[in-house]
Amino acid sequence: MSTSIIGAPVTRVDGRAKVTGAAQYAVDHSPSNVAFGYPVWSTIGNGRIANIDTSAAERMPGVLAVLHHGNADPLFRPAERFEPYSRAGEVRPPFEDDQVYYYGQYVALVVANTFEQAQAAASAVRVEYQPRPSVVTLAAAPAPQQPPLLHYLRGNAVQAFDRAPVRIDQTYEIPTETHNPMELHATTAVWDGDRLTLYESSQGVVNHQHVMSEMMGIPVDRVTVLSPYIGSGFGGKLFPWPHSMLAAMAARRVQRPVKVQVPRDLMFTTVGHRPLTHQHVRIGATQDGKLLSIEHDVQQPTSLVDTFVENCIGVTSMLYSCPNVGTQQQLIPMNIGTPTPMRGPGIVSGLFPLESALDELAVQLKMDPLDLRLKNYAEQDESYDPPRPFSSKRLRECYQAGAEKWGWSRRTPQVGSMRRGNEIVGWGMATATWHAGRGSATVRVRLNADGTARASCATQDIGTGTYTVFAQVVAEKTGIPIDKIEVVLGDSSLPDGPTSGGSTATATVLPAVDQATQGAIGRVIAVAQQTPGSPFYPGDHAQTAGDPPKLAMTAGRIHLADRPPESGVPFGEIIAGARLAALDAEARTAPDPRDEHRYSSHSFGAQFIEVTWDPGIARLRVSRGLTVIDAGRIINQKTGRNQILGAVVMGIGMGIFEETLYDPRNAKPLNNNYSDYLVATNADVPDLDCIFVEYPDLHLNEYGARGIGEIGLAGVAPALTAAVYHATGVRVRRLPVRVENLMAGSQQKIA
Amino acid sequence: MQVFRYSQARTVEGAVRANGTFLAGGTTLVDLMKLNVLQPPAVIDINGLPLDRVESLPNGGLRIGALVRNSDLAWNETVKEKYTVLSEALLSGASPQLRNMATTGGNLLQKTRCYYYRDTNYACNKRQPGAGCSALDGFNRIHAVLGGSDHCVATHPSDMAVAMMALEATVHTQGPKGERSIPLDEFYLVPGDTPEKENVLVPGEIITHVTLPPLAAGTRSHYLKLRDRAQYEFALASVAVVIQISGGNITRARVAFGGVATKPWRSREAERALEGHAATTETFSRASDAAMAGAKPLQYNGFKIELAKRALVRTLETTTQTA
Repeated sequence: MSTSIIGAPVTRVDGRAKVTGAAQYAVDHSPSNVAFGYPVWSTIGNGRIANIDTSAAERMPGVLAVLHHGNADPLFRPAERFEPYSRAGEVRPPFEDDQVYYYGQYVALVVANTFEQAQAAASAVRVEYQPRPSVVTLAAAPAPQQPPLLHYLRGNAVQAFDRAPVRIDQTYEIPTETHNPMELHATTAVWDGDRLTLYESSQGVVNHQHVMSEMMGIPVDRVTVLSPYIGSGFGGKLFPWPHSMLAAMAARRVQRPVKVQVPRDLMFTTVGHRPLTHQHVRIGATQDGKLLSIEHDVQQPTSLVDTFVENCIGVTSMLYSCPNVGTQQQLIPMNIGTPTPMRGPGIVSGLFPLESALDELAVQLKMDPLDLRLKNYAEQDESYDPPRPFSSKRLRECYQAGAEKWGWSRRTPQVGSMRRGNEIVGWGMATATWHAGRGSATVRVRLNADGTARASCATQDIGTGTYTVFAQVVAEKTGIPIDKIEVVLGDSSLPDGPTSGGSTATATVLPAVDQATQGAIGRVIAVAQQTPGSPFYPGDHAQTAGDPPKLAMTAGRIHLADRPPESGVPFGEIIAGARLAALDAEARTAPDPRDEHRYSSHSFGAQFIEVTWDPGIARLRVSRGLTVIDAGRIINQKTGRNQILGAVVMGIGMGIFEETLYDPRNAKPLNNNYSDYLVATNADVPDLDCIFVEYPDLHLNEYGARGIGEIGLAGVAPALTAAVYHATGVRVRRLPVRVENLMAGSQQKIA
Repeated sequence: MQVFRYSQARTVEGAVRANGTFLAGGTTLVDLMKLNVLQPPAVIDINGLPLDRVESLPNGGLRIGALVRNSDLAWNETVKEKYTVLSEALLSGASPQLRNMATTGGNLLQKTRCYYYRDTNYACNKRQPGAGCSALDGFNRIHAVLGGSDHCVATHPSDMAVAMMALEATVHTQGPKGERSIPLDEFYLVPGDTPEKENVLVPGEIITHVTLPPLAAGTRSHYLKLRDRAQYEFALASVAVVIQISGGNITRARVAFGGVATKPWRSREAERALEGHAATTETFSRASDAAMAGAKPLQYNGFKIELAKRALVRTLETTTQTA
């Protein structure tokens, strides 16, 4: 790979379509004669439906059908416990029975000629409930009867803590957070005989296809899921949610295409969320800051209709060197919709208490928080017995590059000691990490006689840059310009591709695109050698001369490998010369299963946050942020940087804004809209910077690339609350940081 | 949203006669119609009425048409220079897109952002008199500490109206019984036991314009809005101050609060504590204590009292700094 397009800041190939409105999202598809579905949802958190009166709604103009548990066609449960690729967001199909398990559960679906008619009729459906009390807080939940679902132990953490000279013992809380992507979840369902086509907003078209096949009870080859553009997912669109089944069910009933767009209200109930967590952390250490023990005890709710667990404690046993570690995680069912992965699931939640406790330890030890991390640096992954080497770990370089760029040595540790004008400045830092994974993928690459190329795969681009990465690899291998490469994704009928989740898509598809491209090049070379009239056709005289001369493809030309590319012929001419339209090749790649047990693969990072605190008016703002990431080789500097900075913006929201407020009386998320559920606005986002320390991780794939979709969020919240402590003296252990917490505890009075 | 009759008014008299719900920018009305909170049988579009001008008055004051958009008013040269507090308040509200639609008259009549008012499944005395108040024992962090009752503690959401309160604006209307002029301070009602009545307008009465009195030379004004995030959020506490200083003494002060009360809250207690006193931090502190003396915290909003005090002290410091 010479002066490479791999790593270059290539502009998104789908960018123009998106900013000009040419990109068609799920709800933009309007097949002829399409009807609209609008839901009726439960307004209690627990109980049963005593009666549904649809008579008034059915008489309203344009209404085609009102579906509910009493009249709906049966759906089936997905076989996810038995099969890969068949995971639904919630295993209970909509309208399965008359039970209500959470506020905002689908109770009925009105189908009408227009959206407005469906919505108006939905408000005329009268539902009577027999309510039971709802549980939406851990405090109100009955004590769990089951043993902890997850647990881990090395050494004797309890004893080591009891004997430790320095101890931290604190409880931390993260509230429920909601993904809230701009694009609402939506499905347009079209039946053609027994064939079902779904225009979806999906982070996994193949999984979606399989789940719908199982839940609708039709063969998988009769289902096509199309999701060429996704207006962000953040994990919320990984698995199919009930609206997709409702759209398919309704379209079958009214014998017309049906479009269902999830209202913003239900984006807070029926399409997952990051579950709240209560996390108890105990750390024992020596006087000079060596960790002796870590205990981490997590309580996480799930719904009453499905078991969702996100592992918050896995990170605790691998991030630092420590002889005694004991962790456990308990699941507690509550009257909420089923949680689902939200950017950085498990690790983002687990790191907040772990990194916060380390900051508290640093304060207690009067030690620099960065020095404390270095003191306990894990050279190997100690969570394995025996400890396992990392495939590549450059966290030390991250700390170092970050501290230098930030000017960390200028930090004075005393609370409130750093000022800018009349305001107090606080600095905090934290470690970030995310496990590096890779799956299997099949990719098809086609080289066309007109000099263009096409790469296709049943994966999708959720806004992260997957389209562009495909084009970069094809361009790298063939020398075809990016604008002559078509990338086709988001269609389940294409060769099997990965779900866009867990920061694994890039690491997974790179080797397959590479091999498929090489396969297609090989076919062009073979044609060049075997077609009479081709400049590389050896002719009859050469038949005895042994192997034909070696050919290569460079800058879009086929040429003798030992001669410059200009001496060759454009590849399209070779294909056309053989009277062919195109030549293509498919490749399937998978990780080497041996590497999985040889190495521990993780990305790492160091995150620095500055807050500015005006005690006179109790105003807190994030004023600077720096993230340094070790994620192996970066394939695209522009989209890569974009991923990290976007995640930090999300982290600002997690730190000081985001909280889904459930009303304990009826389990309703009260702030279920963009106005009341706060995320960072442009005015809340300061100057943010990001550095990649690039050391290719060649154990993961030949490009040395690990994923970067989630790690940028991992350490923001603890770095932010550490900065808040440094500025105000208030240790916030329950997110988000609120002005009332700071006013109550801050050491600075009215200026 | 429910079916409704839509018509356009061509004259103010016609709008009054039509006796329906007036549609101006639609930023409150349409939003609440979509939630079925408001279900007007007849909607009268008044956007065609000739009420969209800002004019200087012979007495040095300003006349603002009811249909002047928030953006246009905020960036009006006279408003920016002379009525700074009003421009600042407008620009702190909502988002640019909303400000481009929202009108002066509509903003005065803006509905509360109380969660329970906006959801028809909750008991709400403002929406349905006698039904009860879900906010009293609900999540009431954003609710009022001043002017509330056992029937309603919803805050008035407007920033613009707070500035106009401190500027002693007058609301001019035309109704079935003709024209009238209402000092803004007498325009709003506290909820008491009739929270559904938010102001003194009678059915069919339409706001035609707002007038601002002239300000004496050397008057300073400022609006400070405190909230969780930097933009696009209603105030946790805000304050508008219009003040004159002479020889280090405060000769005239007008103070109004937003985000903490059931209506845009003029504080005569604060004004009395300021007027005739030296412009010092002690005076400011006394004024802020006086302003909040009658405040009644609910379970989650007690911090607003201290926050409003700090906002007033800071705003007074800012407006008197180099005077």
